[in-house]
Amino acid sequence: MENDPVKPSAFDYSRPESLDETLDVLAGLGEDGKVLAGGQSLVPLLSMRLAAPHHLVDINRVSSLSYVRSGADGVRVGALTRHAELEHDDSAAQVQPLLRRALRLVAHPTIRNRGTTVGSLVHADPAAEMPAVLALLGGSVRVARSGGERTVAAADFFLGPLESAVEAGELAVEAFFPSLPARSAASFVEVARRHGDYAVCGVCAVVSLDDDLRIASVRAAYVSVAPTPLVVDLTSALLGATLDASLDDVRDLAVQSVDPEADIHASAEYRRHLAGALTVRAVRAAAVEAAA
Amino acid sequence: MSAEPLHDVGLVVNGAAHSVRVPARRLLSDCLRHDMRLTGTHVGCEHGVCGACTVLLDGEPVRSCLLLAVSVDGHEITTVEGLAGLSGELSPVQQAFADCHGLQCGFCTPGFLTTITAGLRATPDPTEDDAREMIAGNLCRCTGYQNIVAAVLRAAELSR
Repeated sequence: MENDPVKPSAFDYSRPESLDETLDVLAGLGEDGKVLAGGQSLVPLLSMRLAAPHHLVDINRVSSLSYVRSGADGVRVGALTRHAELEHDDSAAQVQPLLRRALRLVAHPTIRNRGTTVGSLVHADPAAEMPAVLALLGGSVRVARSGGERTVAAADFFLGPLESAVEAGELAVEAFFPSLPARSAASFVEVARRHGDYAVCGVCAVVSLDDDLRIASVRAAYVSVAPTPLVVDLTSALLGATLDASLDDVRDLAVQSVDPEADIHASAEYRRHLAGALTVRAVRAAAVEAAA
Repeated sequence: MSAEPLHDVGLVVNGAAHSVRVPARRLLSDCLRHDMRLTGTHVGCEHGVCGACTVLLDGEPVRSCLLLAVSVDGHEITTVEGLAGLSGELSPVQQAFADCHGLQCGFCTPGFLTTITAGLRATPDPTEDDAREMIAGNLCRCTGYQNIVAAVLRAAELSR
């Protein structure tokens, strides 16, 4: 064809109809296979030719992987579940309110209509919200291959920038986001140049209170300040504190705990400042809600 | 070098069935514009940032530059060409853009029109904040957005 409009380099393409077929195809391809789910990060990489996989395995027809299952212990999300589906799932929002709060910070609604939550975990962008949520909550990802599967804890899942523990021939089939214990709440705050952009810095926090409404534990996860989602236990700065306590110590501990890099969007110093300021906001919001 | 494999893709675009044979790497935006000659869908950044190429996929707004045509085989697409009535009367969103001067050069307009058409289905009675949230993923370099926000509110009014 004349003026054939192409941006990505050529690749082979499979569109399996079932999970078993998907795993068989991936097993046959090994290192040459790349999974396409929502494609909201992958397709730009293809178009800019920053990625040139030999063979795309499109899982958009594997409808058995599109589900949100909420139980007392948490929320399970299938590999084909769009961000928007999880965001609008009322029972998921009840079991783990942090999911909806974080998803509203993920790009724009139009992107969330197509992008998948599990896909964003596997993409492992250190600026992305959902990897930080999984890490903060101590969730896990179920990873399948032809003839077997394994469950990878969040702490072992994010290996580096854009690198997850999913290996050649494997498919991340489900993410598990645990619910919170009683008298606990979680929040997510971030600063971006424009709403919907990647955050210059983002913080999600879980605060747990004891029966006297004193702080029992504080954990935070940081976006855009480390190569992988950085989880920090901030309890030592606030253990036993009441809700009206000063948050200066927790801010100082947060600032000491991060070692961000500078880039075109922000200096390291500014990111460090944001990590402290946003920690204060996130901890306060979570503590107030945990007491309610 | 062997020829690149082609895939049969069937799409219902604005109510009309289209069949094309395209390589797997054909983006939906290029498929609409080049293979189907529906050039109302504009491509700006081609990496999902500007929103100009937004179309409705089974009624939901998506970036057509971030989809492979082969991946949406069998689905329904609405482009800007499909918004007006059969005899050419403007849809409420299109009429509101005309009423409120919601466009200048027009390059971004197809993406705004499709986004707002779906947005008003989900939020039929938007506040000004809702309107800004609705269009936050679309870039316009001419208007400064004020008249587009006004057009969202006007379109809601016209749809009542």
